[in-house]
Amino acid sequence: MSIEVIKPGLASSIQDKGREGKYHLGIPPSGGMDQRSLIAANLLLGNPEGAAVIECALMGPELRFNEARKVAACGAEMTPRVNGEAKPLNEVFEVPAGATLSFDFVKAGARLYLAIEGGIDVPERLGSRSTYTLGSLGGLNGRTLQAGDVLHILPAHGHATLGRCLPDSLVPMFSKHYQLRVVPGLYDHRLMPESHKRFYEEDWSVASEADRIGYRMKGGTPLSFVEREPPFGAGDDPSNIVDACYPIGSIQVPSGSEPIILHRDAVSGGGYAMIGTVISADMDTVGQIQPHQKVRFVAVTLEDALAARARYQQDLEQLRQMP
Amino acid sequence: MSNEMTATTRYSQAGDEFLFVELNEEMTLEAFFRSISITQRLRDMALPGIIEICPANASYQVRYNPDVISAGQLQETLEGLDRDVAAQQVRTLETRVIEVPVLYNDPWTHETLMRFRDHHQDPSATDLEYAARINGYDSVDAFIEAHSATPWFVSMVGFVAGLPFMYQMVPRERQIQVPKYLRPRTDTPKQTVGIGGCFSVIYSVRGAGGYQMFGVTPMPIYDPEGDQPHIDDSMIFFRPGDIVKHRAIDREEYDALLSAAEKGDFKPRVASFTFDLDAFSQDPDGYARRVKEVLYEH
Repeated sequence: MSIEVIKPGLASSIQDKGREGKYHLGIPPSGGMDQRSLIAANLLLGNPEGAAVIECALMGPELRFNEARKVAACGAEMTPRVNGEAKPLNEVFEVPAGATLSFDFVKAGARLYLAIEGGIDVPERLGSRSTYTLGSLGGLNGRTLQAGDVLHILPAHGHATLGRCLPDSLVPMFSKHYQLRVVPGLYDHRLMPESHKRFYEEDWSVASEADRIGYRMKGGTPLSFVEREPPFGAGDDPSNIVDACYPIGSIQVPSGSEPIILHRDAVSGGGYAMIGTVISADMDTVGQIQPHQKVRFVAVTLEDALAARARYQQDLEQLRQMP
Repeated sequence: MSNEMTATTRYSQAGDEFLFVELNEEMTLEAFFRSISITQRLRDMALPGIIEICPANASYQVRYNPDVISAGQLQETLEGLDRDVAAQQVRTLETRVIEVPVLYNDPWTHETLMRFRDHHQDPSATDLEYAARINGYDSVDAFIEAHSATPWFVSMVGFVAGLPFMYQMVPRERQIQVPKYLRPRTDTPKQTVGIGGCFSVIYSVRGAGGYQMFGVTPMPIYDPEGDQPHIDDSMIFFRPGDIVKHRAIDREEYDALLSAAEKGDFKPRVASFTFDLDAFSQDPDGYARRVKEVLYEH
């Protein structure tokens, strides 16, 4: 069966759990920014948890199904509509043959994951179906969806049950003010101590440049750096370093003014100092923050990060055990 | 000696999945050589729980699964490798020498740089004229000769898919250096050859960029479609440790090579080579000649 894209939405792309092992050649992991919601939507339908889905940012697509198929939508609160009739989030429903599936504008969160029984049929590239737009790789022709695209869907497996829904305890909670836990380090010794301290004491707001590559933050006091003689090869700006790898989740501070959190389509390296890294358990949360919402960074230890990671994995395990 | 070399190493936890290792705060061939040697050894160990190993210019990064290998265990392993590399008597690297043909002063980067003059330090000059002047060359041709005559080490592959960062293999006082644009451009032609800081790059895809632009190469270096026989399944041509020699070509040769590339028939000139760090350090100019001989002796 196939699905025709009538309207593409703001930045809809095909994603799965991402690709590993090519970051040293400049190819980032990609994959759904909120992995938990992507996995939840697939598991609700009885799909393999890493089946390819459509990630819809802020404004969803309008899609026409040429055959009936069960779907599930998890993540941001964007009410799905079938031929205009509202359908629930976090619950399996069917789109009849010839019907149109659309979404209301987002009410909370930033990204919705639309899973389709069977999963989307695009070729695996370097072990994943995820779209990496900077490299024109994966997904549908290496880019976000466009009007007129036709998505082919793998055969239905018949395990999807209408009305199956996420238990309330597993439905994500959205906010307008988030705390993101950060392990300080990397080049944070370049910051003046009072500037370093203030970074964690102020609210930052997400700029409009917030996408799969990274989230730019503004509104905090510009950071000041310890004076130095620039090391050979680094560049003259106080925030410059000799070009190095950028960890996923690392927070870089070009010229000290607007910090950027790198996400799953990250540029893999460059010449700006990074001052810490958002812990893996909070990366899904980053993908659900809207522009203009507020963020407070909270410094934690590696032990804290590992404890949060264990709780995150328990959540995933609960999804897998869901009745 | 080994203490001296490993003393500058700095380990930093980057969240719960990355260990970042700075070998030197400044760019040196020594630091790069250590980065490539340590990461190669780590790769050969094939330790469970190691997900990605990324060498960079004077640092490297390892992505690991902390449920399989702890940060402490990983750091201990890396410290051991750092000591092994520092202690080795013969410092060599099995690698390739690759010729990259370049049409310098081409119409496409020229058109692009003219569109972004208001982002540039010297709006009245081209990127080549500016770079030649601030590096003390009396003409653009002399600058092009300096860029293309010496070999460059691929010290990192990244930023975007397949983009090589290259470090010039000459004594520091002769290294070409140029600042990046004041504000990044929103456009750079695909396969643009440029420099920022002390690093020469080849942009693998069209897109944003801040390096000074000098020319374009017809050689495909990133192949997401899989139709270039000289690029393997990784889709990426360059590897950290490759040695590159640029060669200036004219428009006629550019057009011929580009047309071959479009037919999937581009045959890069590549030779196997054992790089010896100490031999290079003793006589960089003689070594550069040797690299050229290796490339052109067949």
